[in-house]
Amino acid sequence: MATVPATPRRSIWQRIPVIHQFQQSVGLQRGMLVGGLVLTGIFVLTAAFASLLAPYGFSQLKDASGAFDAQQPPSAKHLLGTTVGGYDVLSRVIWGSQTAILVIVVSIVLSIFAGVLLGLVSGYIGGWLDRVLVVVCDAIYAFPTLLLAIVMSIVISGGQSNLLGGIFSAAISITVVFIPQYFRVVRAETVRIKSEAFVESAKVLGASRGRIMFRHILRNATRTLPLIFTLNASEAILTLAGLGFLGFGIEPTSAAEWGYDLNKAISDVTSGIWWTSVFPGVAIVLVVLGITLVGESLNDLADPRLRTRRRAIGIPTMGTESIVPGGSPSALGIGAVARIDEPEARS
Amino acid sequence: MTSTAPEVLTLPEPGKPGVRAQRGGGLGRYILVRFLLIIPTVFILVTLVFLLMRTIGDPITASVGGRLSPQALEARIHAAGYDRPPFVQYIEYLGQIFTGNFGRTLSDNRPISEVLVTYGGATLELAFYALIVAFIVGIPLGMLAAYLRDKWPDAVLRVLAILFYATPVFFAGLLLKLIFGVWLGVLPIAGRGTTTTELQMQLLPNKTGIYLIDALQIGDPAVIGDVLAHAVLPGIALGLLTAGVFLRLVRTNVIGTLSADYIDAARSRGVSEFRLVRKHAYKPALIPIITVIGLQIALLLSGAVLTETTLEWKGLGFMLAQYLSARDYVAVQGIVALLAVIVALSNFIVDVIAALIDPRVRY
Repeated sequence: MATVPATPRRSIWQRIPVIHQFQQSVGLQRGMLVGGLVLTGIFVLTAAFASLLAPYGFSQLKDASGAFDAQQPPSAKHLLGTTVGGYDVLSRVIWGSQTAILVIVVSIVLSIFAGVLLGLVSGYIGGWLDRVLVVVCDAIYAFPTLLLAIVMSIVISGGQSNLLGGIFSAAISITVVFIPQYFRVVRAETVRIKSEAFVESAKVLGASRGRIMFRHILRNATRTLPLIFTLNASEAILTLAGLGFLGFGIEPTSAAEWGYDLNKAISDVTSGIWWTSVFPGVAIVLVVLGITLVGESLNDLADPRLRTRRRAIGIPTMGTESIVPGGSPSALGIGAVARIDEPEARS
Repeated sequence: MTSTAPEVLTLPEPGKPGVRAQRGGGLGRYILVRFLLIIPTVFILVTLVFLLMRTIGDPITASVGGRLSPQALEARIHAAGYDRPPFVQYIEYLGQIFTGNFGRTLSDNRPISEVLVTYGGATLELAFYALIVAFIVGIPLGMLAAYLRDKWPDAVLRVLAILFYATPVFFAGLLLKLIFGVWLGVLPIAGRGTTTTELQMQLLPNKTGIYLIDALQIGDPAVIGDVLAHAVLPGIALGLLTAGVFLRLVRTNVIGTLSADYIDAARSRGVSEFRLVRKHAYKPALIPIITVIGLQIALLLSGAVLTETTLEWKGLGFMLAQYLSARDYVAVQGIVALLAVIVALSNFIVDVIAALIDPRVRY
């Protein structure tokens, strides 16, 4: 529509999710947000420039001077040593970030599309469709994530596959687990917004059902999605690693995957070979830590009860609470915490 | 005389709350409704697992296809009834589950219910140890973080909580194994007991499968010590994951309750800030934790599969991983269906406990 947009209250720059929260944050909260952003940034950059950073290919077993020895401790030639299969650990760790990021992106894009669409339609149309979807999603939601992912992975790939197949089967397995989370959040918001005055007005003006859903409701129902997004990103990595650890990952010749490498390192640990397990494990921990720090900070900043306020530092909590204007921000915040804490609590 | 009119008008009023109490309130009614809700949940999950597992064809081809001649394969499929229409198989499957019969495993031809009984106890025991670790570590640290809110120890504790959560249980297991088992050599790194212990367990007449109880039955301090020593690493590996969740939850909720009016009232009476956290804000903050324990059961089961595989703790998760690598999807389906029932039941129990503690939940 060619309408003149209302004067924005904040500049576009400030409305980019993370930037706004960064300016809102203060003290330790800012420290945690920055720490998380730095770790996440390193992860993304490593994945992007894996081919430049990695000394060898992820499935490379020999170079000009001959085949790599298996289970070599860290040395100048292999900075982090070699695995039982003769792969270079450092290269596997670096290439692994690429697999991880691909799986995150594919799974989250798929689950946002499916979950948001289902939640929107279910919440807006209601009726028996809504009831069935809610019961089904609640049932899936209560189920152990990893088990569901295992079943999905068996179905999709029969348990083993090449790079693309492996990434997609892992991503789709994770997607199925995530859909209920997006569904619940978007549906709850849709049900709430549906009864707002502006939706009524749109109906009276004769707007079509689709237009109301996608233009009026969707744009207002997606506020909390960035939070779920970050939390799901870390959960996706853990699920991928879990699948890989149980042997449902991606073949080592197709791509590097941290969970698979850890599985192969179980027997190494018993004989004191630490480098094959410690480095891929630390990679998982750091990436999940970084993304979760970002998510956690965003969550706190969205909740007035948890946000540290610039002007309120040193004043007891009772003082800060009375500053909060009206009930609307805290209503959003409390709802956000309740919803965010749940999905996360079950990785 | 005029006073009678208002009296008549007010008569229905006392009746109203009574009617409402009968309709909406009542713990018994809540429990009943909540219990009936288990049925669709279990039904949906079991159906979902059945449908998904059947989309890949029959389990016998998946398990031994390629190793048998086509005729032999055909015969085995026919004998197991996998050539009948899927709907018939589905109805039969539902009937079997209803009677507690989960079929027989393909790889070692054992009744799945027997596998569940034999190894379920171990998983239960592991979950119990993990919850103890989670309570001991998570709740005090969460209260401490709330008490020292926005100071540096709070930041350290929060990062620690995220670290607990960010560390995959199998990596935590491998690290603990490496440090305490291999480098320091102080703790056993695999299994649930030494061979001697395992033998004594086998000879026990009425064994429960829960080693701690069995060890107490034997009554030998050496055996009890051995069982507990074997439980330390798996318990910590799985427990720290949950401890991280508890820590964050306690912190958030204590901070939330600290801003309640009754806390302000207590504060104005001069109650110390530490006592406020420990005595006043702590208990209401526990209610959400009880609810979250329900969700933790699912997380614990996921984690148990990985922990058991890492530390060779022979429970359901360990067996699940074994059957997965053997491509025995009948066994996988059985174990997954049982775990679905366990999750649904434990969520029910947790909801009932939450309703007992907090009447508001009953609505």
